[in-house]
Formats: sequence, structure tokens, C-alpha cells
Amino acid sequence: MRLFSIRGGIHPDPCKQATEGLATVSLPLPGRLYIPLQQHIGAPANPIIKIGQRVLKGQRLADSQGHISAPVHAPTSGKIKKIANYPALHPSGLTVRTILLEADGRDEAVDPTPCADPLALAPGEIARRVGEAGVVGMGGATFPSAVKLNLGNRYRLQRLVINGAECEPYLTCDDRLMQEQPAEVIDGIRIMMHALGVGEALVAIEQNKPRAIRRLREAAGIDPRVRILPVPTRYPMGSEKHLVQALTGRETPARGLTADLGVVVHNPATARAVSQAVRHGRPLIERIVTVTGGAIAQPHNLQAPIGAPIQALIDHCGGFTEAPARLLNGGPMMGQAIPDLGAPVVKGSNGVLALSRAEVQGRAQSPCIRCARCVQACPCGLLPLEMAARARKGDLDGAARYGLLDCISCGSCAYVCPAHIPLVQWFSYARGELTARQRKQHKQEEIKRLAAARGERMERQQREKREALARRKAAAGTPTVETAEEAAP
Amino acid sequence: MNGIPEVQHGPHIHDSSQVGRIMRLVMLALLPATLAGLALFGWPAVYLFLLTTLAAVAAEAACLRMAGKPVRPFLADGSALLTGWLLAMTLPPWAPWWVGVVGALIAIVIGKQVFGGIGQNPFNPAMVARVALLISFPLELTTWVAPTPLWSSAAPGPIEALAITFGGGQGQIDAVTSATVLGHVKTELGRGVGLEQALAGSYGLGDLFLGQVAGSLGETSALLLLLGGLLLIATRVIRWHIPLAMLGALALLAGLFHLMDPGRYADPLVHLLSGATLLGAFFIATDPASSPVTVRGQLLFGAGCGALVFVIRTWAGYPEGVAFAVLLMNALTPLIDHYLRPRIYGRDRKGAPLTYAEEETP
Repeated sequence: MRLFSIRGGIHPDPCKQATEGLATVSLPLPGRLYIPLQQHIGAPANPIIKIGQRVLKGQRLADSQGHISAPVHAPTSGKIKKIANYPALHPSGLTVRTILLEADGRDEAVDPTPCADPLALAPGEIARRVGEAGVVGMGGATFPSAVKLNLGNRYRLQRLVINGAECEPYLTCDDRLMQEQPAEVIDGIRIMMHALGVGEALVAIEQNKPRAIRRLREAAGIDPRVRILPVPTRYPMGSEKHLVQALTGRETPARGLTADLGVVVHNPATARAVSQAVRHGRPLIERIVTVTGGAIAQPHNLQAPIGAPIQALIDHCGGFTEAPARLLNGGPMMGQAIPDLGAPVVKGSNGVLALSRAEVQGRAQSPCIRCARCVQACPCGLLPLEMAARARKGDLDGAARYGLLDCISCGSCAYVCPAHIPLVQWFSYARGELTARQRKQHKQEEIKRLAAARGERMERQQREKREALARRKAAAGTPTVETAEEAAP
Repeated sequence: MNGIPEVQHGPHIHDSSQVGRIMRLVMLALLPATLAGLALFGWPAVYLFLLTTLAAVAAEAACLRMAGKPVRPFLADGSALLTGWLLAMTLPPWAPWWVGVVGALIAIVIGKQVFGGIGQNPFNPAMVARVALLISFPLELTTWVAPTPLWSSAAPGPIEALAITFGGGQGQIDAVTSATVLGHVKTELGRGVGLEQALAGSYGLGDLFLGQVAGSLGETSALLLLLGGLLLIATRVIRWHIPLAMLGALALLAGLFHLMDPGRYADPLVHLLSGATLLGAFFIATDPASSPVTVRGQLLFGAGCGALVFVIRTWAGYPEGVAFAVLLMNALTPLIDHYLRPRIYGRDRKGAPLTYAEEETP
């Protein structure tokens, strides 16, 4: 199949060799698990258990709330200790409502409700079961998968794309999953195709993962509807809109979805979770996490239960060899700082990265020399230097006119900037300011509207009082029915 | 929170590029042509080169100090040295000392630092200085010498050279003055002598290629400048768009007019190999701060430079036009950057979201 080119991009050192050849290791069950109620985009889940209650592995702990939400389940059997605010994997260091589960070590599971032939189920039923299992996008975006599997109701879909590009350096969790569980990934793909009602699935994998490509091809067999496509190794190939462009030659309209092009994109780990959920009735309670970086003693991919503290993962990989210069949730390009080692693994955790000082290469920033490398690197056709200059001046509208809201924050521009200007940070700042300003504006308008409504109400009440008074006076003078009726409002 | 590094924004890795490294690569690419120029024009050229670069660095340091900026890191980026270097390349090699010093001061103070220093200059600082000098001191800026290589007997020794650079040893210069190819062509055409006759016997293309002609200190060896330029493209310091567009436009126009009247218009190779064409195309017009940032903008900018060079050389009062052409296009750069923006992903050229026709077949 012909591939199409995407603009810009960079070729960072993949740095995947430490883990890509190593089998995934299971993390021993930690004594305590911290299960946040918000592990997905949308409304947080609503707890349905009592403190002190014993729960079984796979039992639902909290229900989804609203259309875009997802339930959470117990990763093992044990006792609910409390529901409290606890540090989460967010650079702000803010806490999230979290269920604390003390494992009893017996790992007793609820009876699953498997389905021998998922392809015989109605498409809507598949989406429902996926939603019940708490499956969310496991590439990091954590959008509830059931909502995406229902897109066929609103869009004319033609194909499912599986985003196995894994273009972030260091990360190998999707690579290992495709190497080790190809049959489950392919099964999940077939189930999702059925749910979406599409006749074609394209599995895009960057060329630097030959083993994953081979294993998936073997698993897919001769099925002409599922095609495994090696794509060029270039960051940010895994950006869903750019991957779809590489495969179809078409750009997703600004502010739109890939579904506008008839394409729905899922991650390979999500595909596997769908297979687990629908075929075996198992909810999403564990995932593969790449624990790597120059400061990690023995980098590995770990099969870890949701809720395991990051500290436990690092300890199992031999701890730090030096004080890390960066400790990240995700890859080195778009990953975010981990504020607390007690924060737990969540459904969207794909990597724990501890970068050494040598890997980070921190340098002082200097003035922009307009070399335009950022312009060449930008996969979205933006002018990062102009956006940053305007953000710096506080000219938010100017930055927005230069396409601030079309930026995908991939970091390619900052990666190549010889002046080491933190371009993406300027964009994040400007976006935050822009949102805050809009919120403030909205609030002011609301206040104005309410004040105007109140004034009107007061005036009406005054008028009604006056009119009532006039009526009573009139009634006292000439008590005729007609006048009273005429005066009525 | 012990053991947790400070929260920082991504990306957390970076390629090996640095501003200082870019400047050093440009200097490396300039080195062969510079050494050739110094060898061809002897000790006076060496003195002028050293004075110009030293004055540029000193002026930069003084400006940074006055502006209250850190002096050492900004000097370390090498941009002032490079500006002085480029200016020296464009000066007559036996020019008196004060030409280099005044030029360096103009380049650094007026051309660069008054606008806020590195990256802020709207015009190429070296070209600002070159043009200011040419207009203010036309005699000194158009007194050319024939090459007197260091190893030749006609070359002045280090002591004699001091007299040329510092003492105004005009007598010495008169003995060896010569005209540049472009200057010669202009004069002869002005006298009504046909081009073929004017060029006949006096200059071979081979001499232009190797730099065995009268001219500015570092502009004469087309071969070495071309090599340096290709090195810059190979190391991705510059992209090919500006040089190719500039040389292409110049060659195209020169070729067209040469075909129409070979007796009046020099052939494209003379234009490409003489004067500041190659130095300008690879090292001057590609100055990032004063050239456009987009591919289309760079193509337009380069083509504009090339066309203006031809126009100025052919019809204007000066035999050489690279400095004027680059400055004129520098002035257009903000406009070019404003209008020629790349198309944003998912939007059409006007900025509206893309739309696709409804009737899609899979």
C-alpha cells in the first residue's frame, strides 16, 4: 500500500534497545493499591463500595458517571481501607480521589462472563461491554474506548487504524505487547472492526520494530481485511492525525476528528484490552509499563496492576543508579514530570522514565536567531518562533492567529532549537492564559446577564406593584369589571 | 519528595545543535576561501583581516557591557567574530586600517546591537557596514590590487605591509592597482568598447574560479567559496533554497540578456564566478536573522537577491550589487514572512478548516 508523506518531524535517537528485546516481567503484587477514580478523560467514576468491604479481583469499585466516563475495578482481592485524596501522575502535584485497597494476597477473582463468539454480538453490545470493563485509550490519551466504538452511529466509518507507531523514544510497551500477545491484539482488532462496522483495519507500526511487525503478520494470517503496515520511523508518526495522513493522504480538518475522514484510531494495548473485556469478560486492571532511562538499574517492561505505586516499579527494576535528572510519566518528548513516587500506575501509564543528567543535555537558552529549524520541524505547518515571540510578549491573540490552537505540543520544534528556547512551554503557558481569559470573559458576561435579568425582574415587580395599586384605587372609585380586566398584565 | 527532580516542561531530550556550533561551522566553511585570500593578497590583507575581526569582537563586548548583558556567553556564540570576518572578506585587501575598524564598528553597533543584538538585526550587519563604507569612502573601497601571493617576489614583506595598512603607503599601492572584472567591464562598456573585446585576454574563467584576480579579500576564489557553501548545506547549517534561487535567478537573467546581446551583456558564468556572488549566495543572503523563515519565502528572497544583483550590476552606477541587493531584500523579509506562511495542518491556505466532499467511497 502506498504511504503518504507527512510534513516536518524529527529523528531522535530511539533509545529503545534497553528494553525492546526483553520479555515483559510481572510486577509482584504490592501490598497496597491506590486506584484513582479519575484515570480517564471525562467525569470521575463514582465509588460504589463501602470502607472495610472485601472486594474480589475484577469487581467494580466505582461506576462511570455520565456519557464520557469509565468505571474502575479492583486489580486484586482485598479490603477497601479508605477513599481519600492521594497524589496522582500529574505534574501539578495535585491530589485525586483515590480508593485505597489493601491486598489480601489471595488474588481471588469474580466469576467472569466470557463470550465465546463476540462477533455474534450486536455492535452496540460490544461497545457496552467494553465500557463496562473500564477500557480507555491506553496510548496515554485515556479517552473512554466505548464512546469511540460507538462513533459508527454518527459518522460514516470505513476503517480502523491501530496506532502501533510508538514513536516516542525509550518506550517499548506496545512493541513488547505486539511481540508477546499478537493473537489477542488481532482478536481485539476484529472485535473492534465488528463494533465499528468497518471492513478494513490498518495496523501501523514504525519500521524499527521488525519483530512486532512479523509477529502480528503471523497472527493476522491471510485475513485480507487486517493489514500490517510498516511506516517510516519519524517522530511524531504516532500523532493520530499525522498517522492517518500517512496512511490515507488526507488531513483531519482543524478542530475535527479522524472520524471526519471515516477513520477511528485505537492503540494496540486498547485492542488487547477489548479482547480481554469482550471475549473473556475481564475488566482493565493491569497494563504493561516501560520502566527505563539511564538512571534505572535494570530497565524492563513490567506487567503492573493498576494502582501499583511508581516506587514499586522502580524498585523492581533495581532502583536508581544515580539521581535522575528527569522523572517522567511517558516518553521523553511529551512525557510529564512525576511529582511523587507514591503516585500509582493508571490505565494511561505507558512509561516511567528516569533520565540521567547525560541524557538530558540541559543548556542555557539564548536569543532566537530565526534559523527556522522549528519551522522545518513542525509537523503542523506552524511558525513556532513567531508563536513563542508573541506568547512571550503576552500577545495571546497574536499567538492564536499564528495557530497556537493547532499545535499538538509534540515538541519537535523545541527539540531542534539551537538556542534551546522552551518553545512548547511558551505554548502551554499561552494556551493556559487564553483559557483563563475566556473563562473570565465568560464569567463577566454571565454576571452582566444575571445583573440585567435582576434589574428587569425588579422593574417588573415594581411595575406590577404600581399597577396593582392603581387597580385597587380604580376599584375603590369606579368598580367596573372591564377596567380591572384592562389593567391586568 | 526527596529523589524527585524538579518539575520541568518537555521535551526532555534535545539534539546536539547550539547557536555557537552553527557559527563555528560557518567559520569553518569560510576558512579555505579566507586562507586563500590572505595568501593571495599577502601581509596587508592579514593585518586588515585581524583588525576587522578584533574590532568587531571589541565593539560587541563594549555594547554588551553598556546594555548590561552578560558579555562572555554572548561573545562565546561567535556571532560578532563571524560578522567581522564576513566584513573583512568583502573589503579591498590592501585597504587602510581604519576602513576595517570603522566598518566593524558600523556592523556591530549600527547593524546589530542597536536593534538588540543577535537575532534582532533586520539587515545583514556586514552588508550594512560594506555599503556605508562604500558610500562614505568610495576611493578606499574601490582601490583594488592585483594578487601578489605571499610567496611571490612582488609581495610586500611584513614590515612593508605595515606601511601599507597603517601608513597610507599609496605609492606602493599605485604600483599594483588593478581593476576587478566587473569594474573593468563597466568601465570599458562605458567607453563604448564591446564586451568581448573588454574581456578578451584579460581574464580567464579559470582565474575567476581559483581567485587569481583583483577583488575583495575573500571573494575571489569561486571554487573555495562553493566548497564552503556546499559544506554548509551538507551540515544543515543552511538550506539550499536561498543560494539556489539567488544563483538561479542571476544566471537566468544574465543568460537571457547575454543571448540577446552578447556584446553588451556578460555571460552567466562571469556573473556567477565574479564579485561577491558566491560569498553572497552562501554566506551573506543566508543570514538567518535577516532572511525569511519559510521555504517559499526563502525561494522568493533568493530569487529577488539574484535579480537585483543583475539589475544593479547591469544598469546601476556600481559595478557590483550583491550588498545592495541583499539589503533591499532584507528590507522585504518581514513582508515576505507575513504573507508567505506555511499552510497549517487541517486548514486551507486561508486558515479555514478543510472540508471533504460527502460522497466518499472506501
